[in-house]
Amino acid sequence: MVIKVVRNFFTRIFSNMFKSRRDIRLGFYGPPNAGKTSLANRICKDFTGEEIGTVSKIPHETRTIQFKEKVEIEFKGKKMVFKMVDTPGITTRIDYEDFLKYKLKKKEAKKRAKEATQGVIESIKWLDDMDVVVIVLDATENPYNQVNITIIGNLAARKIPVLIVANKIDKNRADVKKIEAAFPEYDVVGISARYGKNLEEFYESVFKLSKKI
Amino acid sequence: MVKKSNLGKIKGFSIQFLPYSEIRDLGSSERIRKILKIVLENNILILQGKLKSEEETRLIEDTMAMVDHVKNFRGIELAVISGNGSDGVWNKMKKGVANVIVGGDLGAVTIVGPATIVKEIKRNPKKIELMLNK
Repeated sequence: MVIKVVRNFFTRIFSNMFKSRRDIRLGFYGPPNAGKTSLANRICKDFTGEEIGTVSKIPHETRTIQFKEKVEIEFKGKKMVFKMVDTPGITTRIDYEDFLKYKLKKKEAKKRAKEATQGVIESIKWLDDMDVVVIVLDATENPYNQVNITIIGNLAARKIPVLIVANKIDKNRADVKKIEAAFPEYDVVGISARYGKNLEEFYESVFKLSKKI
Repeated sequence: MVKKSNLGKIKGFSIQFLPYSEIRDLGSSERIRKILKIVLENNILILQGKLKSEEETRLIEDTMAMVDHVKNFRGIELAVISGNGSDGVWNKMKKGVANVIVGGDLGAVTIVGPATIVKEIKRNPKKIELMLNK
């Protein structure tokens, strides 16, 4: 009996030690072209000097999961170490003809579409492995999109903390209040990943959520 | 397996209503297969009730796998219209109990259409619009 209690005690101590050592997996999810990679790049560049991926006006530029390990974010004297996980945009439709508008050749467009479909599947498979998720939405677009609701619903079911980012507030059509009204149960932070606007509030919210896990 | 030869050559479409009783006793895989089968036959599906959130993601995954494998299939447009979210606690509880008894949220409606027909489903809290491709 005594041996069992002692063994359990040490098991708990050691497992907690290892748990606290693991970096927090911070996932960036959302629809295509909302600015997930732009935001992840901004953070990685600020704290590691390197970017995580390339950005483009053509949708589905990110077609595989991209990682950046050991990103130590310092905010108001506190530090947290994250594993950044940038994911391909989730959508219910992919048409290679949409890429032709961006002057891609048919063969390139078809290849991009094929990779994009696989990217969506990969993004969904990774949902389970996240500790905290940042949902990046384009603040100029209508937030009442079923894909947004589905992703957030899945994260809620998995009890994964969620922060909603309303990106592109530098644009005139941006409407952060509309996103807040669409998701009243979540924290919504308006930012501009491109110009680094309002990132202080973003970091504060990420730290607050990360402490909960 | 579904016949795919008509996809991409839209001469018309139909709207098919599926009562929840038709999928209530099916497992998740069968439910999704049934929904995609209807959509692949160029129908806009109006389903009574809604899928579980994990079934919705599964529907997206399976749709993407099909875009990759089925010629002229470009995916789906999906929208779920639920009841009033501003219900009080008592009403929510009543609905919750009713949902458990019937096995699903019958106050909701799910619309699924092939992307070749449905260009966009525009929605806001007050209305829902189906924009069709020409």
